[in-house]
Amino acid sequence: MQQQADANVKRFMYVNRKAPYGTIYALESLEVVLIGAAFDQDVSLAFIDDGVFQLLKDQDTNAIGVKNFSPAFKALGDYDVNKLFVEKESLDERGLTPDDLMELTWEDEDDDWEEKPSIHLVSRHEMKTLLGNQDVILSF
Amino acid sequence: MSILHTVNKSPFQKNDLKSCLNHTNAGDAVLLIEDGVYGALSGTEFSLLTSNCDANIYCLKGDLAARGIESDKVSDDVKLVDYEGFVDLVTQHDAVNAWL
Repeated sequence: MQQQADANVKRFMYVNRKAPYGTIYALESLEVVLIGAAFDQDVSLAFIDDGVFQLLKDQDTNAIGVKNFSPAFKALGDYDVNKLFVEKESLDERGLTPDDLMELTWEDEDDDWEEKPSIHLVSRHEMKTLLGNQDVILSF
Repeated sequence: MSILHTVNKSPFQKNDLKSCLNHTNAGDAVLLIEDGVYGALSGTEFSLLTSNCDANIYCLKGDLAARGIESDKVSDDVKLVDYEGFVDLVTQHDAVNAWL
């Protein structure tokens, strides 16, 4: 199936550089990712600059009257969206560590449904390479 | 004359916080709201700026909670306020300057 479809499969990368809630970009990006997941493409997400704030755990929006959309990231694994690349330098600059991020996993059907982490910490240099290897880049 | 300054943009993306902190006088207050609350994070290039500022720095609790920032991640020199505290700050100062 994968091999047959290869010619029609493109590498899509969604680049997230905005914090959640202050603007609509983060939510819109997630919506587009979920829609795009229906098309069986090779999808990955990049979190650079303020985009890393989208993945912080324990978000509680009760006081600001806005929907907390962070739980939706946990659904991505079920849509075979399991490559979330987080730039280490962006975390460092913001006083954050990978422990501050949500635990996002997916189940690998080719490996007895083993739960595997979806978040991959990459250096700025590795991110540069990833960006250079895409067919389509959608930036938010 | 004392001024309440509000900053609502992430300091990592816009220079509003930096510029605001460069234009405060003693007795002023700076309140971080919306994406401005990221300026309250400790261990960043901005935590030095806020601690060296002669104005009092405040941060809105609800906006921190929404973004998943626990109080232990906030710089010691930043005081947390709720919406009532926001109103108090408005009444305690002569004017408000929103850095948009």
